[in-house]
Amino acid sequence: MTTQAEIADLREMGDEDTLKGKYLIFTMDKELYGIEIRYITEIIGIQPITKVPEMPPYVKGITNLRGQIIPVMDARLRFKKPEREYDDRTCIIVLDTNDISVGLIVDSVVEVLTIADEDIAPPPEISKGGQRYIKGIGKAGDTVKLLLDCKRLLTADEVDALSELP
Amino acid sequence: MDNGFSREPMLDIFIYETMQNIEQLEAAILAGEKQNRLTPDTVNEVFRLMHTIKGSAAMMMCDNIASLAHALEDLFAYIRENQLEDVECGQLFDLALESADFISLEMEKVKKGMDLDGDPAGLIAGIRECLHILKGEKPAEDELKTKEAPPAAQHYYLPAQVVDKADDRKTYEAIIFFEEGCEMENIRAFVIIHRLKEITPDFRHIPSDIVADDQSVDLIREKGFTIYFKTSWDYEKLYDFFMGTAFVRDLTLREVEEDKLLRNLTEPQDLTLETPALKVPAIIDGDLGVPRQLDVGGGRQSIISVDVAKLDKLMDLMGELVIAEAMVTQNPEISDLKLDSFAKAARQLRKITGEMQDTVMSIRMVPLSASFRKMYRLVRDMSKKLGKEIDLILTGEGTEVDKNIIEHISDPLMHLVRNAADHGIETPAERLTAGKPQRGQIVLAAKGAGSDVLIIVQDDGRGIGKDEIIQRARERGLLNKPAEEMTTEEIYNLVFLPGFSTNEKAGEFSGRGVGLDVVTKNLEAIGGSVTLESTPGVGTTTTLKIPLTLAIIDAMNIRVGSAKYTLPTTSIKETFRAKAADLIQDPEGEEMILVRGEVHSILRLHEVFALRSDHTELTEGIMLMIEQDGKCRCLFADELLGQQQVVVKALPPYLKSINKVEGLAGCTLLGDGSISLILNVGGLLAM
Repeated sequence: MTTQAEIADLREMGDEDTLKGKYLIFTMDKELYGIEIRYITEIIGIQPITKVPEMPPYVKGITNLRGQIIPVMDARLRFKKPEREYDDRTCIIVLDTNDISVGLIVDSVVEVLTIADEDIAPPPEISKGGQRYIKGIGKAGDTVKLLLDCKRLLTADEVDALSELP
Repeated sequence: MDNGFSREPMLDIFIYETMQNIEQLEAAILAGEKQNRLTPDTVNEVFRLMHTIKGSAAMMMCDNIASLAHALEDLFAYIRENQLEDVECGQLFDLALESADFISLEMEKVKKGMDLDGDPAGLIAGIRECLHILKGEKPAEDELKTKEAPPAAQHYYLPAQVVDKADDRKTYEAIIFFEEGCEMENIRAFVIIHRLKEITPDFRHIPSDIVADDQSVDLIREKGFTIYFKTSWDYEKLYDFFMGTAFVRDLTLREVEEDKLLRNLTEPQDLTLETPALKVPAIIDGDLGVPRQLDVGGGRQSIISVDVAKLDKLMDLMGELVIAEAMVTQNPEISDLKLDSFAKAARQLRKITGEMQDTVMSIRMVPLSASFRKMYRLVRDMSKKLGKEIDLILTGEGTEVDKNIIEHISDPLMHLVRNAADHGIETPAERLTAGKPQRGQIVLAAKGAGSDVLIIVQDDGRGIGKDEIIQRARERGLLNKPAEEMTTEEIYNLVFLPGFSTNEKAGEFSGRGVGLDVVTKNLEAIGGSVTLESTPGVGTTTTLKIPLTLAIIDAMNIRVGSAKYTLPTTSIKETFRAKAADLIQDPEGEEMILVRGEVHSILRLHEVFALRSDHTELTEGIMLMIEQDGKCRCLFADELLGQQQVVVKALPPYLKSINKVEGLAGCTLLGDGSISLILNVGGLLAM
């Protein structure tokens, strides 16, 4: 996977400057999303997932990443979009913020893009939630990418989580 | 401190060794105190340890530690040489322990990279005074001793950036020989030079290149380390200055003509001081031909210290290796083939990985003795302060538990022992009135019980009554049900609630009401539990139950529908298939089963975890009777998959932050790389 190699290269160079402004673009339900590269450890294909009881539906369970156990969440369910069957394009993006590793299941990974700060517009002010996970809208070429706030995504909102319990 | 050369690589070793030496020192002194006299062994041990600490501290430029150790070493050297046995040892021990405390405190600062600002002057003065009193008894040897044990030359620790007046400066020659076997003579010489720099900028030394040149060690050993320098300090002061350095055996100091100094001044004299990295010479052993005096009683250590993180990593890798092995040897692609030599090789591989796993596990096992022995000191200090007489008795200290667990139980142990000494044991007068022996007793015991280790803290003090606890809990608003309905166990468990403290005022040692709930919290973190029993007037017993290891357990794998779960074998009492005649259902729909005359409630795992199972009929699946802390319950599952050792892994913290799943204790990797969830027996029993 070329994107994977690209990320590995970037991470090897390591320092904040080379990672800055670089986003991994992935698709989910026709939309394009971006995640800052510096939060991403790796991208893997879909793995066997063990379901964990008493979890909100978007937490699909845990998976074994070379001996490390990481929780996996489905991005579609996280954003309350319809679930769909996983196929061989489905990827798990392994994110790491504040020493918490989480796998994010997305429809497919597209590319790594550099989006300059001036090309990022703030999300429209809508008080009705929903915008919580989007920290900006990036313009690159003729499409727009919704840029995700990784930290928000991983800080579990407990009230939210409990109310979603079956 | 900031001297321009990196001491990082040596720093860790220095900290580690010094902390160990301090521990040994405490142990030696406490042992001596028990016999209430100064045995030659104790004296030798203290002398040896102080000597070592002094040497390494001086090398690391921790001057305050070095000078304190030096003073104490002098004191014990005097005692040793004069074979004083009938000295007043109480004060001596106090001094030594206080010094040990001082050094530990400073070591903490070293660890954090802070400046060493502790001033040992008071302690040193105390030690000097003690030495003087001792000498006063034997004035005849006084003169002799002064030379061997020069008074602490404190002044040179002060910033001595004195600008000497050119007039009264004299030139000296100093030839220094280090003690045989002290090793790394060139670095010790370097230390001298470094300190000399504070006194005077004008000096020259032979050999001139002490650090970078390996030959310098031999030169210094054979011919001594010669320094020419110019200073306004007088002879006495200089003598003390040099003799105050670690490991200096012999010193020849004399005034010389100035040209001796100047002769080679063209040589870049300061070169060595700018050398950024220290090159530690190869330590040559055995060619000294002299028995190593420093290691009396110490022996060669065949133990190395390893970073725990590396062990954790090794442990993880081991777990993966086991899985990888299973993937190869039980690969479905070869399962139908008949491969004799492959099977043989695979068997060999399995045997080796098995052995390796055991070894890796055993590396992490540490005896409890270190944590237990620390309590001697605690009890000693407390009994002195509180005016109580307390004996601490240790049993089963050789019991081994996982390294991680040790870290979690030292604090709880300290709290419990403190509580026992402070609140439990009465004063001697009270004890005599109560008809008990004058000396109180605290027993600290450890023993294995299946996959758990029990640690028992028992005192024969005044105990605590149920009524007292209930009243207290009521005052604090901690009671959540009528006191009459509570079982004895429940009442005593109240003690472990946050905010419960039976002591009116917070004492120095305990009683801030935070103690016991810390105990519970720490134990819960490692999956242990704590119980307390007490009889007023007879004493209190606290029992900590901790798992032997966090890492590997004997486990039973079971299946419910498509999900696999794992249970610790030790908590499974029996497994059986239910007979329809034994099943009972109460009006609320609660299902129960009769086993040998006893009724147990049934928990259907597929209902608990909302799974689709193969069997919903209780007579078709399998029943597992689980037991913990005297409570029993039957679990209903589809099938037993088999027994194996599993590596326990914690659930990712992210999941726990979403929902604290009471029914799960962790997870583990099975042979085929899939994940199985480990059931939390305590949690299931509470459901």
